[in-house]
Amino acid sequence: MKATVCFSLNGEKQVVEVDPSRTLLDVIRTDLSLTGTKKGCGDGDCGGCTVLIDGVPYNSCLVLIAKVEGKEVTTIEGLEKNGQMHPIQEAFVNHGAIQCGFCTPGMIMSAKYILDKNPKPTENEIRQGISGNLCRCTGYQKIVEAIGTLAGKEV
Amino acid sequence: MEIVLDAVEKGALSVVGKRVPRVDGAEKATGQAIYVDDISLPKMLYGKVLRSPLAHARIKNVDVSRALCLPGVKVAISAQDLPDTCYGPFIFDTPVLARGKVLYVGDAVAAVAAVDEATALEALALIDVEYEELPPVFDTDFAMDPEAPLVHENQEAYIKTFQAVQKGNICSHTTFIEGDVEAAFNQSDYVYEDSFTTQMVQQTPIETNGTVADYDISGRLTIWTCTQAPHLMQIRICDGLHIPINKIRVVGLRTGGGFGGKVEPKTQIIAAALAQRAGKPVKLVLTRKEEFTVTSPRHSSKITVKTGVSKEGKILARTVKAVFDTGAYADDGPGITGFGGMMSLGPYKIPSYRIDGYCVYTNKMGAGAFRGFGNPQCAFATESHMDMVAERIGIDPVEFRLKNVLQNGDLSVGGIPMPSVGVKECLEKTAKAAGWGKFLGKNRGMGVACLQHISGVLSSSAIVRIHGDGTATVFTGAIDIGQGSDTTLSQIAAEELGLPMEAMSIVAADTASTPYNWAVTASRITRTNGNAVRLAAADAKRQILELAARFLEVSSEELEIVEGQITVKGSPERAMKMHDIGGISHWATRGPIIGSASVMVEGHKYDPEKVIGFPFGTMAGFVFGSHIVEVEVDEATGRVQVVNAVAAHDVGKAVNPTGVEGQIQGGLVQGLGYALFEEIIYDEKGKVINDTMLDYKIPTALDAPNITPLIVEETDPGGPFGAKGVGEPTLVGTAPAIANAVKKATGVRIMDLPLNMEKLWREMKKR
Ligand code: FES
Ligand code: FES
Repeated sequence: MKATVCFSLNGEKQVVEVDPSRTLLDVIRTDLSLTGTKKGCGDGDCGGCTVLIDGVPYNSCLVLIAKVEGKEVTTIEGLEKNGQMHPIQEAFVNHGAIQCGFCTPGMIMSAKYILDKNPKPTENEIRQGISGNLCRCTGYQKIVEAIGTLAGKEV
Repeated sequence: MEIVLDAVEKGALSVVGKRVPRVDGAEKATGQAIYVDDISLPKMLYGKVLRSPLAHARIKNVDVSRALCLPGVKVAISAQDLPDTCYGPFIFDTPVLARGKVLYVGDAVAAVAAVDEATALEALALIDVEYEELPPVFDTDFAMDPEAPLVHENQEAYIKTFQAVQKGNICSHTTFIEGDVEAAFNQSDYVYEDSFTTQMVQQTPIETNGTVADYDISGRLTIWTCTQAPHLMQIRICDGLHIPINKIRVVGLRTGGGFGGKVEPKTQIIAAALAQRAGKPVKLVLTRKEEFTVTSPRHSSKITVKTGVSKEGKILARTVKAVFDTGAYADDGPGITGFGGMMSLGPYKIPSYRIDGYCVYTNKMGAGAFRGFGNPQCAFATESHMDMVAERIGIDPVEFRLKNVLQNGDLSVGGIPMPSVGVKECLEKTAKAAGWGKFLGKNRGMGVACLQHISGVLSSSAIVRIHGDGTATVFTGAIDIGQGSDTTLSQIAAEELGLPMEAMSIVAADTASTPYNWAVTASRITRTNGNAVRLAAADAKRQILELAARFLEVSSEELEIVEGQITVKGSPERAMKMHDIGGISHWATRGPIIGSASVMVEGHKYDPEKVIGFPFGTMAGFVFGSHIVEVEVDEATGRVQVVNAVAAHDVGKAVNPTGVEGQIQGGLVQGLGYALFEEIIYDEKGKVINDTMLDYKIPTALDAPNITPLIVEETDPGGPFGAKGVGEPTLVGTAPAIANAVKKATGVRIMDLPLNMEKLWREMKKR
């Protein structure tokens, strides 16, 4: 059984005909070829698949596609504008916050939510905000610092 | 001998030593980087593996015919369909699919390829396997008993790459001997012996292992995969499927972390075997559950350390007995056991010693390399023991270590001279930065640990091409798994060529185009590959200068390259642009410039009376470090929070300080998980019970402390621009430093990892 799901993806209207029991992660990666969002577990434990739905971060591996009907979904691919990286992406690159990069897209989406909600987060608020995103490489410190450099800035 | 250029040349370095942003940063930050699961090819099939439900059983029969009848299933194979052979890094004991017996719960028995994942999973249920259960062996004490069932019944017959000392379930016994250790114990004022255990832990990269394989009509196999070792993978596939190396192309994609878990094959050979039969590409990606239950975790261990000291606190003698549980397949176990043993003196001068490492088969998943390669286990034991000895003889732990630290020119275990030893500086710097000795509040404690490691082993090669416009490309077999080698190797080449970073690009980890590198392992890329890259760049530079000399009418020795200009030394107005040299060489005379180099770490020969059953040749690039952590213990729950950490690492010349700091912070936090809560737990039937990231917890941003990374640059004359490595040692010091800090905070000494809440709480109750 297929269903039609209509939603906004990175600012563009999307209409997909899919089995409604599939996950948002699976549909954006497989059907829409947006492979920037990563699958680290498929169980809602790693945060690699974090996307924003109406501005709020979700593990897209746990979101059924039917649930995003009429919503606004933003993935990592939606952050750069006209070939320019988003300031959060720039900060991650410039402050050594990226190693293998597998956690990075999800981490950046969580960072976006942190800064959208609170333009001047403290270190502890940043740590809280990314605590659902597992990174096995960096020890988190340079990620926390990269996000911290944007506190109080227009992002 | 190693061929080396001057370690650090006169004049300031312009690219090496700079905080260059990583060259793969933007593609990773934007989601453009391609990892294996992002690949989708036309007509691609999906592979799945049928795994053993039993820990030890004879396979009476495998029948895949019902699976093959399921619509959508294209291939179903078992060992009967594959060459009767085994592969492995040291002992060829691993079949591609189980042959004759299954040796652990999860052992690969059969594999299928189907049009989609759901069909492939359905097909697995239709494969009929008849087993005859055998008594399993789960514990190394039992496994070493002469009466124990044998995991491998005919291990004598396996091909081995070294003179293995074997007996029963012991697949490798390594011994290091120096001096008369019994006499030295007799001369000691005090002798103490302590025993420790460490647990099995998983690398847990956030990207699971996976492969897309394709086999074409001409018999060419292409493997796109996440790996730490494309060239090593070619060899394993050749051994496992009898395909010649020249027909195998391994493309290492962006790899989402490795930490040792992506060195040896996990999916590559099975995917290749499926693709070979399918005539279509096959994708095989492990689930997180498989990643936890069938990949190569860090060995659990039982380690006994005995040390003799003088009244003055000088260490006179040590014995170490380390037993490593290597599970069903030896994998890197013999190397890990030997190397861990080699590191078990710590960075101290100990005149007499005997070290015995036993690598033992059991019916659990085959353990393998994980950041530190035996060193984390041995360092936990020996550095905890160091504190215990210091306390018994009444000396401060930092002072006790300082009395015994190695110095430049001392010999390593096995007698290799160590020309650059920065351990003293590391220890002094960390003690100062952490405020060692300062008053800490209730339930707080500070702990220290020192460590050593290596960064030079085996061979590598590199190519540097100068293009028609004077820009350059480095070709390296080393893959950037996140550690930053694309950036550091580019920096090394840029420095040698006199070019800015913008003029460099790098092609890495594709066996069709990049020259041989053994593996991204052993913390060896900066030093060992760095040497190959620097020599290849020097070779290209020589050719550039010789060509320029013809036009500038001087000898090439009188020329230098500065910021992309070739100038006559002392008369900068007589110059040529790199752009012109590139153009001339491609279009007018001489032909394109290609520099190349091959390196091997060799030279030292071990005394066969003193080094027995050790699977490696010589090593170089000894690195050192010191970790100090401050913990706070919750008395009510036993929960340990690391509130502060300082780590100093002697990395030789730091090619990219930001990268070095990232390694220190990342390794330290991975060590924190090892110390405090990570543990693979088996039930009594040999099945892993915590196979999700919820049940197997790794550190989050809230567990990680603020870390002060300190870089010590004790120049290595054998490293590129004096550089050594840093990847693994950053993990090694954490667990013992935490255990030592917890002792200070609570008075409780935990000798069995992990130092989890429950264990600590129970011990605190007993106080
Ligand atoms: S893939 Fe969704 S949380 Fe791990
Ligand atoms: S950078 Fe590798 S998991 Fe975060």
